[in-house]
Amino acid sequence: MSARALINVPAKAKRGEVIEIKTLISHIMETGFRHGTNGQTIPRDIITSLTCRYNGEEIFSTLFYPAVAANPFVTFNTVATESGTIAFTWEGDNGFSMTEEAKIVVE
Amino acid sequence: MVPEENRFKGRAQRERAMMKLSITRRDMLIAGGLAAGAAALPAPAQANTQMETAIRSVVGQARINKGKVSLDLPPLVENGNTVPMAVTVDSPMTKADHVKAIHVFNEKNPQPNVLTVRLGPRAGKAHVSTRIRLADTQKVIAIAELSDGTFWSDSADVVVTLAACLEDPTI
Repeated sequence: MSARALINVPAKAKRGEVIEIKTLISHIMETGFRHGTNGQTIPRDIITSLTCRYNGEEIFSTLFYPAVAANPFVTFNTVATESGTIAFTWEGDNGFSMTEEAKIVVE
Repeated sequence: MVPEENRFKGRAQRERAMMKLSITRRDMLIAGGLAAGAAALPAPAQANTQMETAIRSVVGQARINKGKVSLDLPPLVENGNTVPMAVTVDSPMTKADHVKAIHVFNEKNPQPNVLTVRLGPRAGKAHVSTRIRLADTQKVIAIAELSDGTFWSDSADVVVTLAACLEDPTI
């Protein structure tokens, strides 16, 4: 199971600069509180977490609840310390797991 | 509530003076009714206690201070399905003094939790923004947990015109 993810990380940054990272992933985020036309509850299907690692070290993570809108969009900041990769892992219900990477050059 | 209570007390006193009796059975009943009313006051709504419980499960018995946190939500929301929300905490984000976590809670959604964010000194700036769902006109609270163990909060009242979770998914 895969989804479309968009990540916005600046390609270049100065050492020590605070950079802004934007992430967006396409996901229905079904709350589990809605009812379908047959009157049955639609089972919950959400992304439960997003973890961000900068060259393997965890720098940011969030836990999502059903109150997060569909297609979770998260913006946060980090300090550009060294060149390398920033990896984003989304995990969710029904074994959902997806990892995307972005490269950054720090001068 | 206080003025109303006073009004009732005032009425009871007037009646007592008129009847020239010290304590009547009627007064006892009025006093009992007032006491019962006061006892019922601290728990006005189930949803509120649900949020309180969720907050206490994260914060424990620690004191929640007002300030340092700024929760940015539009005051009037047309569509509760996607509400832009931003939380900024006033912190230098150094190793010694940084924000460990930001928790967001709501009052009237089916579940009181909205989001939990974990961050550290490497964030550089304690700021996070996302989009949330709101099922009703309600209060949203953001609580920041600092590295020194203190908790700071900010709340926002949001008026929602079209609630989330109600639309027919087949349309």
